[in-house]
Amino acid sequence: MMKKRSTVSLPGFRITMGYTLLYLSLIVLIPLAALFLKAATMDGAEFYATITSKRVLAAYRLTFGASFIAACINTVFGAVVAWSIVRYRFAGRQLLDAIIDLPFAMPTAVSGIALMAIYGPNGLIGKHLLPYGIKTAISPLGIVIALTFIGLPFVVRTLQPALEELDGEAEQAAASLGASRWQTFWRIIVPSLLPSLLTGFTLAFARALGEYGSVVFVAGNLPMKTEIASLLIISKLDDADVPGASAIAAVMLVATLLILLSVQGIQWWSQRRTGRA
Amino acid sequence: MSTNTKGIKIGQQDPTWVRFLVISISIAFVALMLVLPLGVVFWEAFRKGVSAYLDSFQDRNAIRAIYMTCLAAGIAVPLNLVFGIAASWAIAKFNFRGKSLLIALIDLPFAISPVISGLVYILVFGMQGWLGKWLEGYGIQVIFAVPGIVLATIFVTFPFVARELIPLMQEQGSEEEWAAISLGANGWQTFWRVTLPNIKWGVLYGVLLCNARAMGEFGAVSVVSSNIRGGTNTLPLHIDALYNDYNSVAAFAMASILALLGVITLIGKTLLERKLQQETSSSLESSTTEESK
Amino acid sequence: MSIEIKNISKSFGSFSALNNISLKIENGELISLLGPSGSGKTTLLRVIAGMESPDPNPDSHVLFFGEDVANKPVGDRKVGFVFQHYALFKHMSVFENIAFGLRVRPRSQRPSENAIRDKVHSLLSLIQLEGFGSRFPKQLSGGQRQRVALARALAIEPQVLLLDEPFGALDAKVRKGLRDWLRGLHDELNTTTILVTHDQEEALEVSDRVVVMNQAKIEQVGAPADVFHHPASEFVIDFLGNVNVFHGRINQGQAVLDTIRVGLSDPNVPDGEQANVYVRPNDMSIARNSMSQASMAAKVTRINRAGVQAKINLILDNQEEIRVDITMEQLLELDLQLDDAVFVHPNKARVFVPDYTI
Repeated sequence: MMKKRSTVSLPGFRITMGYTLLYLSLIVLIPLAALFLKAATMDGAEFYATITSKRVLAAYRLTFGASFIAACINTVFGAVVAWSIVRYRFAGRQLLDAIIDLPFAMPTAVSGIALMAIYGPNGLIGKHLLPYGIKTAISPLGIVIALTFIGLPFVVRTLQPALEELDGEAEQAAASLGASRWQTFWRIIVPSLLPSLLTGFTLAFARALGEYGSVVFVAGNLPMKTEIASLLIISKLDDADVPGASAIAAVMLVATLLILLSVQGIQWWSQRRTGRA
Repeated sequence: MSTNTKGIKIGQQDPTWVRFLVISISIAFVALMLVLPLGVVFWEAFRKGVSAYLDSFQDRNAIRAIYMTCLAAGIAVPLNLVFGIAASWAIAKFNFRGKSLLIALIDLPFAISPVISGLVYILVFGMQGWLGKWLEGYGIQVIFAVPGIVLATIFVTFPFVARELIPLMQEQGSEEEWAAISLGANGWQTFWRVTLPNIKWGVLYGVLLCNARAMGEFGAVSVVSSNIRGGTNTLPLHIDALYNDYNSVAAFAMASILALLGVITLIGKTLLERKLQQETSSSLESSTTEESK
Repeated sequence: MSIEIKNISKSFGSFSALNNISLKIENGELISLLGPSGSGKTTLLRVIAGMESPDPNPDSHVLFFGEDVANKPVGDRKVGFVFQHYALFKHMSVFENIAFGLRVRPRSQRPSENAIRDKVHSLLSLIQLEGFGSRFPKQLSGGQRQRVALARALAIEPQVLLLDEPFGALDAKVRKGLRDWLRGLHDELNTTTILVTHDQEEALEVSDRVVVMNQAKIEQVGAPADVFHHPASEFVIDFLGNVNVFHGRINQGQAVLDTIRVGLSDPNVPDGEQANVYVRPNDMSIARNSMSQASMAAKVTRINRAGVQAKINLILDNQEEIRVDITMEQLLELDLQLDDAVFVHPNKARVFVPDYTI
């Protein structure tokens, strides 16, 4: 074969690329396409009616609202935890660092029943708060708690590399120019951490939106009150309302994708700002 | 100035009371949010004593659930391992257009809600779906049957190995592979003898996480499974069923297995992360100049 | 094994790395590709190895012993490539690294384990690392790793050795030692060797011939003494060794610098053209008086006695700075001091007229 190629490369491109694309298409792309096609072929009015029905709107409000609050909590406390791990030395620090990933490693159903055992009406903590009228389960509060559990690693793990990358020189320069520790913190450190904080928040938010297992036990799943979107999808499926479920799912999926795009956007914006990759 | 683990200098030392406060908050928060739930699982499981705990495992449905979980993971993990290796070879060793898009697509299952992950398979393989009726003609049932469980598991654990290997292989570069090729090795020999030993810790890491997720997946399999006990229930589904029956001890007993798996995964993850860090720092050393001949 | 390169070009996007290169390499010689970064020397080496493909062109050929190897992948060309950063297999021992090329051969061509073991041990002796077989690359120093990389390449009994800046990452002293050792090795084995380097001292000291490259082209090919003493272009004379350059004009077939006249080999260069006169530091003399020779007035700005010769820095009336190397005896005779006003005179000069070749 007298073919002259203009580039030489390592062997195996065709077979690996081919297998990759095949597998990707079969497992991911085609099934996802099915969802969008289903949503697209739905009768427009029916689609609109489904996604704007009272129950669905309540589910959206609850899901987005609780996820947002949980992500905020995680951002604040996650930052505190990340700061401790990176900047301080104390007994048990490495253990703390390792435990952060527990929500990643733990099956969601296990987390779910564990959270219920703690925050349920008979739970370790729940039963003490109930007399005060604070319902930590079968309530939006319980959902927020569960979503905080799920999202914690995202903020911490996103902040850690950013914190480690801070060099002490900028802070020392500020101190030598007379800034107090507090001023240095707010004016120097926080701005450089802002992109990572935003990214961590957004990832936690996106994850919380789609969470099912850990939430569904604590939530109690009362329609219009504590029914999250994922559960609503399953309810519709149980009612053999596949189109309805698909409509809700399509909306959720688009929202997730938009959020992910915004993560890319944040990273691009911060690169432009600092001129650094 | 003090240095932290990476030898990076910390700018200023915060005042002691600040440090004390921040550390206390951190520990309290993590203890409340993470450690407490873990502990509760085991506490509830053993609440009625060890014998009650062990009895839960005698149940036939429990054994079937454990089997299903192992089956799903046993198929999903190797398949995703092969995929992960193929994808990272294609991405790390070659240049082509659309690489970022490919990487983003591989990450997609990560971002999608597990319930939606299950739903898409119903749309393809369900009775109303594209292939459902056609497959039924061949006697193959996907949804509400084992293949559906396996497929949903594959979907949600799809990216784990690839996500780990792609940056690792990109960092390692291709020089060793070129050296092997120049010495006469073919593609397979180069991969087996040169590339694989270099990525082995990354592979283990990816497999560990992939397995943890595969065994623990709940939302996606919940959608595609019939939820009939003894049928297609995986362990998480079985736990759900037990819990809904108010059989709390049995539910937590089953949960304790998965919790144990979670802890083992966590330990393995930490150890492997350290190994990986060692590897990258030692390869950085090799490119600095040396003294003696 | 002789190698012939004909009309090879290679571009990466809009960047031209090789521009119509032709070169013949004799069997058994040690030839250096010398040039600054971006000159194309590494690209040429990789094209020879088969790790880059030249731009498609029916007149392009790479011939090994007369045979066109264009369609032979790198693994079939029997080249021993030594990478700049060694590329040793991190997870294999020194023994396994060296044995690699033999072990991956197809069954029919693979030597027995005993034969492999003997071969590796003899190579370990050759590179003076007996007993290092079970060590791992991260336990070795840079110089040791480089020798192992060389042994690994030699194990497959290559037709040609290709070395890509092999000593670039090493300390100066280690580099010199390895350079001599490489020359000795070449004399013993007589394998055709192509060495890429940006270090002109290295190229001049170790090679049979030097190929000076610049910006994707070959400036000159010749024995080290030839390229040094008879440079074919301004780039070559400037790149190799130290040199002073004076700017004068052509007048009546001569280059004119103040009172100095330098004859040209081609008397037909028009008057008024700019002439660049190159003089090596040791081709100039310093005198207290102008004597009868045409010379330039200069003032001594620095005397450096650290070295075999004395290096004198001077500044001319027109503020140009030059350097003259003289022997220690001459320095004593002249009794030079800082700020002395003296006269300098070129004994030998090379004139280049831009846009003309002389």
